[in-house]
Amino acid sequence: MSATTDRGDGLHVGRALRRKEDPRLLNGSGRFIEDIALPGMLWASFVRSPEAHARIRSIDTSAAAQRDGIHAALSAADLVGLAGPLPLAWAPAGVEINNPEHWPLAKEVVKHVGDPVAVVVGEDRYAVADAVEDVVVQYDPLPVVTDPEAAIAAAPFVHEQLGTNKVHEWSLAGGDLDAGFAEAEVTIERRFVNHRIAGAPIEPRGVLADFRAGALTLHSATQVPHFLRLFVAILLGVGEERVRVIAPDVGGGFGSKLQVYGEEVALSCVSRQLGRPIKWIETRSENMAVAHHGRDQIATARLGAKRDGTITAYHVKILADLGAYNMMLTPLIPSLGAFVMGGCYKIPAVQTDIVGVFTNKCPTDAIRGAGRPEATHMIEVSIDQLADELGLDRLEVRRRNFIPAGDFPAAVATGVVYDSGDYPKTLDRLLEHVDLAAVQADKERLRAEEIYRGIGFSTYTEICGLAPSRIVGPGGVGLGAGLWESAMVRVHNTGAVTVYTGTSGHGQGHETAFAQIAADRLGVDPAVVEVLHGDTATGPEGRNTYGSRSAAVGGEAIARCAGKVADKAKAIVAYELEAAEEDIELIDGRFAVRGSPDKGRTLAEVAGSAYLGLVPDGMEPGLEETTFFDPENFVFPFGAHACIVDVDARTGKVDVVRYVAVDDCGNPINPLLIDGQVHGGVAAGIGQALYERVHYDDDGQLVTGTFVDYALPTAAELPSFETDRTVTPSPANTLGVKGIGEAGTIAASAAVTNAVIDALRPLGVSYINMPLTPIRVWEAIEEARA
Amino acid sequence: MPTRVPVHLRVNGAQHRLEVEPRLLLVHALRDQLGLTGTHVGCDTSNCGACTIHLDGRAVKSCTLFAVQADGAELTTIEGLGSDDALHPLQEAFWNDHGLQCGFCTPGMIMSAAALLDENPNPSEEQVRHALDGNLCRCTGYHNIVRAVLDAAAGGVRV
Repeated sequence: MSATTDRGDGLHVGRALRRKEDPRLLNGSGRFIEDIALPGMLWASFVRSPEAHARIRSIDTSAAAQRDGIHAALSAADLVGLAGPLPLAWAPAGVEINNPEHWPLAKEVVKHVGDPVAVVVGEDRYAVADAVEDVVVQYDPLPVVTDPEAAIAAAPFVHEQLGTNKVHEWSLAGGDLDAGFAEAEVTIERRFVNHRIAGAPIEPRGVLADFRAGALTLHSATQVPHFLRLFVAILLGVGEERVRVIAPDVGGGFGSKLQVYGEEVALSCVSRQLGRPIKWIETRSENMAVAHHGRDQIATARLGAKRDGTITAYHVKILADLGAYNMMLTPLIPSLGAFVMGGCYKIPAVQTDIVGVFTNKCPTDAIRGAGRPEATHMIEVSIDQLADELGLDRLEVRRRNFIPAGDFPAAVATGVVYDSGDYPKTLDRLLEHVDLAAVQADKERLRAEEIYRGIGFSTYTEICGLAPSRIVGPGGVGLGAGLWESAMVRVHNTGAVTVYTGTSGHGQGHETAFAQIAADRLGVDPAVVEVLHGDTATGPEGRNTYGSRSAAVGGEAIARCAGKVADKAKAIVAYELEAAEEDIELIDGRFAVRGSPDKGRTLAEVAGSAYLGLVPDGMEPGLEETTFFDPENFVFPFGAHACIVDVDARTGKVDVVRYVAVDDCGNPINPLLIDGQVHGGVAAGIGQALYERVHYDDDGQLVTGTFVDYALPTAAELPSFETDRTVTPSPANTLGVKGIGEAGTIAASAAVTNAVIDALRPLGVSYINMPLTPIRVWEAIEEARA
Repeated sequence: MPTRVPVHLRVNGAQHRLEVEPRLLLVHALRDQLGLTGTHVGCDTSNCGACTIHLDGRAVKSCTLFAVQADGAELTTIEGLGSDDALHPLQEAFWNDHGLQCGFCTPGMIMSAAALLDENPNPSEEQVRHALDGNLCRCTGYHNIVRAVLDAAAGGVRV
């Protein structure tokens, strides 16, 4: 679609507008955390544990502190005025959670490689890097556990005082599981290892803390400036009004910057102690070791069905490796998948049982998809396995079990209500792009060259748009979270518009998409709408960006807020023209009397009146409104993806030949941005399926600690993607939009895995777990041959 | 204080004389001493390419060179590629094709692409993908980056 598409309706929502934020990012004038400097600024570097589990016998910072240009070298005992440990903010309700203290600098015991034990502050980045080498820490190593199945069974314990490595148990059940399995004529059970991955934004994290004169300004490469402000204020014992958090241009997050990190808290504390601004820029090696990881679940999925493929029951038991500590959302993440465990299928009974376990590894938390990629992978691979078991067509089994389009809004066994969907429609559209007969012919042709071609599908739905407070808040399932979103729309004297959003974009295109939304409601061009985000001082309290929530919750808040401004504009125009308010409509950029388009005012003219006080009696001057929007329901994007792979049976190497994604995220705001989110999301899913894995050895040493060892896909590994859309509006907001940031990732790993299994079936391989690296695929082929 | 040595750099057409520690990385000379913060650092191991600049007409990773190694060289950074009034055709193509999301890898990606098009003005998609395999992007899946480079090439871009 061309960047200048104009549908002739005069509206900006739905147009593939190129982005407003791009010029600064293209010419090098973006402002990322490392680009910010303050007078008197010092640099910090952290001393980190090389041990996976050890008691700290001593920390000697004296040599480091005495070096030229070094202002301080501090360990946990030296941090002044820290009111408490790092927060576990939200957890599944009603369950007991082992939550040992987790401090910004380790006290007494380190529990994973990279755990910080001291911080050095000095005049430049090279000086602090040198000084870190002069901090002498003596460790007494303790027994290490890295395998979650070993950790749940017996000692050694990550937190000795608990006498167990179990973090928690949590279940979500709906329907009669026993009856469902009793009714089943066939039951399949598979073990899924959804391995640990890294968020790996290309910009590592960074902090610039400036605590002077009783107030803190904290710049951080974060997705969540408002959460950060709240918790830093609490942990430092200062009023929230004295803390300003600024997320500047943020170079990607993928969930890894959805966190309140120890470095953010420690450096705010040290800045207060030293009275100087302090900057820290994470190295990639630090990022791989201590920015929270994702996934890392071992699960057993049991699917019961009748011989015609009708699914009768689904039971998933998950052992979730949560690493060494609970961070902000750690034990909650696997639960997010449970709500959509049954995918897009009508399954009468679905149960998910989760056990969380501590290991001597970096904590896990939200990474793109957060629980839903794991859930989708299991149901979509399981349904292929079921079809194979029954000798039925894989797509036919899906169609037999799809929730019918007429059932929406559809209450499913897990207790949530899917807002809207039309699953056959996306699958039909997918098959317009994929000629199955041609794929079959290619398979046979390539076999002669020992190339095994396979095709895999993933028909997914997911849950996003976090989140209705009535469901996730204290009155609902008890997470204690109110996840509404705020917006403020300010029309300036000249008619220019500033929109403040409580979301905090970091690459998604909020400055453009949100300008399009506001522009339509105010009768102006998006070019004159400036969208501000990521600064707690510029707008109302916000809930930030994660969980594909920004459009469905933040965008809707802007739509409603701009609507309030438009209503006030109409009242002002009606007063000026002596017309009835209900006769004023917005047409062609003017608030005009219905039927008399020559009698009207532009937004700039209305703003002039509003700020001159030329308003009806009793109306406040000015043209500015604030809105808090709390959704009634989540949104449930869905789609159908197909992946075609070639496997070289001689080497085990998998090549993705084609990837076709048909997604439905409701009404499109900006198709250019939607396609971009799908491309990146699919690439991340392919990355996990084929290349990426965070790997620790048995001693808890991180083997994949750099981009040399952690294999992010490059342009050379990936194909161009084919994307298409269907449009099924969401009833959960007036825009009719759903989220699209995570959908590609949620869908992709199952499509890739199913494709590889399809390719390997002639070789006798009927099932395999990710990552589908050459060695793993080759070994599977050799085992099947043997 | 550590020993400092003089380094002469011509950057985006302007001559500079710096006093640097011999171990100072070129990228830090550009960023911290010359204030050219468009060149980014994303890894410690020369994998991500966010720091890519042109040194005497070739694309190099400025985190993997010491400033002293560039003594006497002619450097171009992202700030020197286009101007405030007129973006370089590759920058325009990245904009039109949505070839960037967070924008952190973008300067390095564009500098690598510019070096490719200088050498090979009409690359195939496969040639673009291989030429950019030293630049990592986590947002775009490379799809629109590759399209932007091909579109810029079709428009006849030369550095």
